[in-house]
Amino acid sequence: MVTQFVPDTDRPDAGTTSARRADGDVLHVTGLTVEYVTDGDPVRACADVTFTLRRGEILGVAGESGSGKSTLITALTRLQRPPAVTTGGSIVFYPRDGGPAIDLVTATPKALRALRWTSLSIVLQSAMDALNPVMRLGAQFADALRTHDRTLTKDAAWARAAELLATVGISGDRARSYPHELSGGMRQRASIALALACGPELVVMDEPTTAVDVVMQRQILAQVLRLRRTLGFAVVFVTHDLSLLLELADRIAIMYAGRIVELGTARELYDDPRHPYTRGLRDSFPPLHAPLTRLTGIPGTPPDLRRPPSGCPFHPRCPQRFAGCDTDLPELVTKGGHSVACRLHEPTGRPDPVPDPASGPASGPASARTEGGAS
Amino acid sequence: MTTTEAPATPVRAAADPPAAVRAVRRWGFLLRRLGFYAAAAAAAIVLNFLLPRLMPGDPSSAIVEELQRVSGQQVPPETLESIRAIFGDPDQNLAQQFVGYLGQLARFDLGVSVVNFPVPVSELVLEALPWTLLLVGTTTVLAFVLGTGLGVIAGWKAGSRLDSILTPLTAFLSSVPYFWVALLALWVFGFVLGWFPLSGGYDANLAEGFNLPFLASVLHYGALPAATIVFSAFGGWLLGMRNMTVTTVREDYVLLAQAKGLSRGRVILRYAARNAMLPSFTGFAMALGGVIGGALLTETVFSYPGIGYLLFESLNKRDYPMMQGVFLIVTLATLLANLLADSLYVVLDPRIREQG
Repeated sequence: MVTQFVPDTDRPDAGTTSARRADGDVLHVTGLTVEYVTDGDPVRACADVTFTLRRGEILGVAGESGSGKSTLITALTRLQRPPAVTTGGSIVFYPRDGGPAIDLVTATPKALRALRWTSLSIVLQSAMDALNPVMRLGAQFADALRTHDRTLTKDAAWARAAELLATVGISGDRARSYPHELSGGMRQRASIALALACGPELVVMDEPTTAVDVVMQRQILAQVLRLRRTLGFAVVFVTHDLSLLLELADRIAIMYAGRIVELGTARELYDDPRHPYTRGLRDSFPPLHAPLTRLTGIPGTPPDLRRPPSGCPFHPRCPQRFAGCDTDLPELVTKGGHSVACRLHEPTGRPDPVPDPASGPASGPASARTEGGAS
Repeated sequence: MTTTEAPATPVRAAADPPAAVRAVRRWGFLLRRLGFYAAAAAAAIVLNFLLPRLMPGDPSSAIVEELQRVSGQQVPPETLESIRAIFGDPDQNLAQQFVGYLGQLARFDLGVSVVNFPVPVSELVLEALPWTLLLVGTTTVLAFVLGTGLGVIAGWKAGSRLDSILTPLTAFLSSVPYFWVALLALWVFGFVLGWFPLSGGYDANLAEGFNLPFLASVLHYGALPAATIVFSAFGGWLLGMRNMTVTTVREDYVLLAQAKGLSRGRVILRYAARNAMLPSFTGFAMALGGVIGGALLTETVFSYPGIGYLLFESLNKRDYPMMQGVFLIVTLATLLANLLADSLYVVLDPRIREQG
């Protein structure tokens, strides 16, 4: 799936972002580590993940298959199942009404259940599988609505379901349909409406547009942005499609081998990717308003997390590695709101970078910007 | 639709069939099913008509001779006629015989029993039917409910202590042959301990009817055969349901139900179990169809006065009219039970409705 990068009027500019920052953050994730406990050594699928989610912000999380994206989603929503175990870190949620902050990692099942859907909801990748095939659509809305509002009558819940469906452009009488009676795009939009049923502050979306065609994808994304503007929920949007995030997200986190290797605004990541991996991702899809160039991919394959490489996990594939990359694990360092975990950007002196044979004509100006952006 | 809707979001409802078309499809589905069952019933009746006529010789005369020998008296002309209608009349052609046979069935006249001459077969069948329905019907339902319920619990927490004890134990128990379980139970609880009577369906010394002592004796006599049926049957339901539940709990819709913050019971019942039981339900429907046939082994071991025992007795004593009658009733009842189960499945799984 290729989505061209075009300036998007839906994306709020820096001014509104800082305005939202004033009412605070909705989520602080610190040092989150998730391991798959197997008979052998545990496999660390998320390692030391740290980020902050602002109220009403769309944070994109991009990475290849096996980079820990899906593990991160189930960990954030506390829906993981054995053998996945959260072995460290915290996920602190700050309720909108100013109530006490809650660490989702240590919260009791009862406290979590109260939080679910009213504060924290999820849109799964395949709406085909996410809706119960033997229940009418309206009933699947109604049971969520009535679980969290005991005073709601059945009729009122169904009426609310019809209203919610209407907000994503599905006629309200489809509430009486079964999932198999809807098209794929309708099902996915219904899933989004379902996620918004109880007015959550945070919606986690797991590649919600990979199963639909490009036209439907655009419609769904436009709806997410419009609903976000009116309802003000924050989104963690996980996908392997960086180009899509560049349009949609306020900030983007790039994951590699279970770690966040770079985190910055969408504009920063496009104009000034600091991590060689991010640059590789960006250069692997064509720009719309630029002369044709040869596309470059990232040579090699993602590491086997059962035997992660020493030092920086990207070093075996990195075109700019230098002495020490294979022994020292770089930390995520923030400069001017733009974080990167790469020794190229650590303050300790680094030797002359190895010439970059893999990148095309774009490499010259890109590395020039990298040097400037580090200040 | 909201008024602020972007033009990029058209209403898709127009692309779907209107309600009227869907209703026609739904009823069409039921009609097709009814047609299928009617054809199957017709085939069963024709077979029942043809089978004795394919036998060498003249079975109806042989039966009449047997009747005279057993009863030691002349067979009345109407009995002769009824036997001829069922087993073939050498003086009539096949078409004439078939018309007579259908007329016979319409009056529910299945001939007379050779062993119990001159009691009509239909009377004996109607007498045995309630006993079978009571014993085999309730135990089939009970075994299904018990096995399916335990299967959901074991499958929901696969690998838990309950699962790792219950599942292998059940697999072992359900592999024990039924007749052995029944005989052992009869020997231990009936003979050695003397807690339960050795045979029969009720205390013959009591007046039959809706009075407390009689109903209590029915329960007392039925307890042991019922327990053996449930014991042998619930394991299969448990294993099937457990394995379906294990795969169903990994489905995204179960994950989403948990994400919605629904109570655990609701997630298990309305999302996991509700979907996991669909394949089990097909098996249950077939089991219900078999109820009328009676549990031949159970009723034989416990001498329980149901259809199975009736069939066993008639096979033993070569009571052909009896056998013919039981076969026909069992076939038709099985078809009827399957039709009911089929229709119920349509209610349970909406996806079936539009496929047919």
